[in-house]
Amino acid sequence: MLDRNVTIHRAPASGAIEIAGLGFVADASGALFLESDRLLIVADLHFEKGSAFAERRVFLPPYDTAATLARIARLALRYSPRAIVALGDSFHDTRAGQRIHEGDVSSIEALQRGREWIWVAGNHDPELPAQVGGERRDIYQHGPLTFRHEPLAGEALGEIAGHLHPAARIRSQSGSTRRRCFVTDGSRCVMPAFGAFTGGLNFRDEAFGKLFGEREIVVHALGRDRVYAVSAASCLAD
Amino acid sequence: MARARKPVVENDARLPPQFLQWFAARGWTPRDHQLALLAQAQAGRSALLIAPTGAGKTLAGFLPSLVELADLRGRANRAQDRGLHTLYISPLKALAVDVARNLEIPVAEMGLRISVETRTGDTPSSKRQRQKRLPPDILLTTPEQLALLLASADARTLFATVRRVVFDELHAVVTSKRGDLLALDFARLRTLAPAMSAVGLSATVRDPDELRRWLVNQSQERTPQMAALVTAPPGAPAELSMLDTRERLPWAGHGAYHAIHEIYERIKNSRMTLVFVNTRAQAEAIFQQLWRINEDNLPIALHHGSLDAGQRRRVEGAMAAGSLKAVVCTSTLDLGIDWGDVDLVINVGAPKGASRLTQRIGRANHRLDEPSRAILVPANRFEVLECRAAIDAANVGAQDTPPARSGNLDVLCQHILGMACAWPFQANELYSEITAAEPYAALSRKDFDDALEFVATGGYALKTYDRFAKIKRTKDGLWRIAHPKVAQSYRMNVGTIVESDVLKVRLVRGGASSGKASSSRGSSLLNYPAKLAGGQSQPYTGRVSRGGRVLGEIEEYFLETLSPGDTFLFGGEILSLVGIVENEAHVARAHSDAPKVPSYAGGKFPLSTYLAERVRKIIAAPSQWTQLPEQVCDWLSLQRKVSRLPPADKLLIETFPRGNRYFLVAYPFEGRLAHQTLGMLLTRRMERLGLKPQGFVANEYALAIWSLSDVGARAENGLLSIAELFSEDMLGDDLEDWLQESALMKRTFRNCAIVSGLIERRFQGKEKSGRQVTISTDLIYDVLRRHEPDHILLRAARQDAYTGLLDLARLADMLGRVRGKILHKHLERISPLAVPVMLEIGREPVYGEAQDQILAEAADDLVAEARGSAR
Repeated sequence: MLDRNVTIHRAPASGAIEIAGLGFVADASGALFLESDRLLIVADLHFEKGSAFAERRVFLPPYDTAATLARIARLALRYSPRAIVALGDSFHDTRAGQRIHEGDVSSIEALQRGREWIWVAGNHDPELPAQVGGERRDIYQHGPLTFRHEPLAGEALGEIAGHLHPAARIRSQSGSTRRRCFVTDGSRCVMPAFGAFTGGLNFRDEAFGKLFGEREIVVHALGRDRVYAVSAASCLAD
Repeated sequence: MARARKPVVENDARLPPQFLQWFAARGWTPRDHQLALLAQAQAGRSALLIAPTGAGKTLAGFLPSLVELADLRGRANRAQDRGLHTLYISPLKALAVDVARNLEIPVAEMGLRISVETRTGDTPSSKRQRQKRLPPDILLTTPEQLALLLASADARTLFATVRRVVFDELHAVVTSKRGDLLALDFARLRTLAPAMSAVGLSATVRDPDELRRWLVNQSQERTPQMAALVTAPPGAPAELSMLDTRERLPWAGHGAYHAIHEIYERIKNSRMTLVFVNTRAQAEAIFQQLWRINEDNLPIALHHGSLDAGQRRRVEGAMAAGSLKAVVCTSTLDLGIDWGDVDLVINVGAPKGASRLTQRIGRANHRLDEPSRAILVPANRFEVLECRAAIDAANVGAQDTPPARSGNLDVLCQHILGMACAWPFQANELYSEITAAEPYAALSRKDFDDALEFVATGGYALKTYDRFAKIKRTKDGLWRIAHPKVAQSYRMNVGTIVESDVLKVRLVRGGASSGKASSSRGSSLLNYPAKLAGGQSQPYTGRVSRGGRVLGEIEEYFLETLSPGDTFLFGGEILSLVGIVENEAHVARAHSDAPKVPSYAGGKFPLSTYLAERVRKIIAAPSQWTQLPEQVCDWLSLQRKVSRLPPADKLLIETFPRGNRYFLVAYPFEGRLAHQTLGMLLTRRMERLGLKPQGFVANEYALAIWSLSDVGARAENGLLSIAELFSEDMLGDDLEDWLQESALMKRTFRNCAIVSGLIERRFQGKEKSGRQVTISTDLIYDVLRRHEPDHILLRAARQDAYTGLLDLARLADMLGRVRGKILHKHLERISPLAVPVMLEIGREPVYGEAQDQILAEAADDLVAEARGSAR
């Protein structure tokens, strides 16, 4: 568990996150946008999670891939990114390619048209379905930034990662709510999972303690239309 | 059980000599209704018995079976006469066990060769196996166990011999999804045992015909028919009174602390008292208050659904043994079991419904010819009116049990899978079997087919899951399960009771560390607050390993609002949260004067429509106020002077400024749930009209909304129509918009997802809790609403929403009723009638766009904090 007295040093403008000195826009959908390079980053898409459950006869709606892609398409319209980075676990498992709907493959193609697309490898998708294009990398290095699926323990300046699906339970005088969130200490950032069927792990879990140690962190919680920077002290454990 | 009333002649029931001798030996004469029921059964007819508590209902229900079995089993032990003869279904496991015990008495005393056994979740598996192979003559069980038995291949042989099924507490079972499941299983039983007739045992209900239909086949080709009706004479009228308090009556709240000394006095002067309250939180609080003043050290215990089962059994045992003076309890003690010699019932707070009150009163004095004694203790001024209305209703024998429900689709899905687990079926045959069940008589073929598709592959328009199907249609047109694992998983997930996610509450260590670790306390066996009972106030210290005592369970969402160190009342003790470890909340005893009282759910029944109507009539008719306490008369008179009284048939709306806000208070008297929904919809509409609503609170009687814009003045100036604000079209688009994100709707959907079998609660020997669920049903809800808004699960959730947490049906009725009858009163200041609901502000959660509001508030905190540190 994190240190109880975690607070933050300054109130950033809502929706803006500074990582390793670079200014990002944190979108309420859970994506990051690096304005200077028009780079859009999404983490943990988990395409075909629904059909992976269906294999075990739990019939989740078969629309999660389409729903996730539709949200990326809206981001692409809003930000016109030059490149899109998917931070690993983009596909829920290695059989996803056998189950994915053709229409969804076409949507991916359409999104890739005219821009660079980087699939960072994750533990769920060590290999990609054969029918999708884009560049596959274990780690993607971009200037001072390192895009990696699973964050490294200890300090890591400029690291942007996913894998942990951070969420926060936030309390105020009106009650409490649990939201996906970005977690950052200014030098690194763990992104929320973007996929339609992805859950969250409370950032007060010890998994995060290994990353941030005693350093002060800020939680950027996803609201309906905007991202709210919240003091870690207003957050509860699960 | 039965006492002489008058000699038996008019019934043509054939009661064998050995039975007549047995009755005589006990000094009893069979009662008319017992013989009438016997005659119906002997004629092969199904029947409903309506009888008050203490009328020998259980014996009546079993008498036909005992008579028949005495004859069959008395003769030569022919193999074809063996087999299960009578099934008894009880909503409570404990009731089944209790009835079995009572049934043993006549069986033993008459020397009948009849075997009686129970089958519940606690029955060891070896015994269950044996019961399938060598069934008893009479099997007492629960709806869930029946579903399990019917979903096995042995069901055909096991049930073929059944001649009678007895449904106990039928009035209570049919109001829930459990009743839906039971009705479906009953339909299958009729198929397997065509010679079977049914007996329903019920308390007095509003419309017995609903239950009479439930008891017989409702197939379309048959003319609508009903079971015979047998009614026992009512018991002596109850002695009902309202506590005429010496104290000042509170304006709001449900604690009734003002009356605690008076309650204590009544307990002291009675043999044994049941103190009923409406919520577990109230039970905890009243219990604590009673012990605070318990100078005589009266043995007063606590009983509610969150407490550890062993703890509850101990309290029940002590009641039966007569060693308790009072038990503070919730509706957990509402149903059927005789726990002891109760001579007084005290109902604290609102009675909510006339029938509910009558049944609770029936818990006192299980002897027909002596009146039950009950005292109603209203906790606030509005509750005085409700208590008055309930006493009047009970005195005229009015009933307001909920109307019959139509069977829900999620239960149907579960049942279809169960039937496939038994043996392969033809869709046509299963459809006609199911529509013979009363709650599903109107089920359309399309809904049935959709449910079938749902069970098979999820029922999605995008048919991509065919190769993973749970059940498959084979060439012979039969639906069969695709894999034995499907049946395994069905068996682990049977049932319709979806509990909130709960965490075990485990005592780990004490606060102050002075002295040595103390031993366990004998007094806590009965849940007396240890520090109060017998003065053992030595603090519990030292770290206890993980093996500390489990005190019970608390809903997860309540614990989520606590931080380590926060205190709350539980099991009669003040505890402080140490932390949450996996699926347990670790707590320590605390010595705090102001605990944060648990507000966890349980027993929040809405005010019945019938009682609400009576309350409205009392308020509107000052001539009736003579029966009310003076404080309440003064309050209503003042209301009449400064504003006006809400007329019985119209909706009064008051508007007034207060502080820097403008308030709108409506008095629909439709219960908290319907008011909450109304508040949600009204604030959305006001938002759109630019009235800047800020939030609202609701209680059972009223709804208060506050806004930054002066709604009342606008209406006065003709800029806004209050009537239009309350027009029924809010149930159109506004409702749709709201449902999309409503947390209550999502909770409703979650229940449907679990009951229907979309999400499994348990698999491979593990129990899933909310903390481990791999996928949130909220996410499924969002995706499904967007991509397949007409999916069967969304339809099921909507069906639930009409009567459940959103109470849409009642809201719709109310809006229709007050159309063109809205009275707006614009005031300069708060009215007397508005005081109670206004006092709820700050103690009840405030609704509105709450979810993002929480984030905004937390973010504001951050800004303030940041400013502080920047200086």
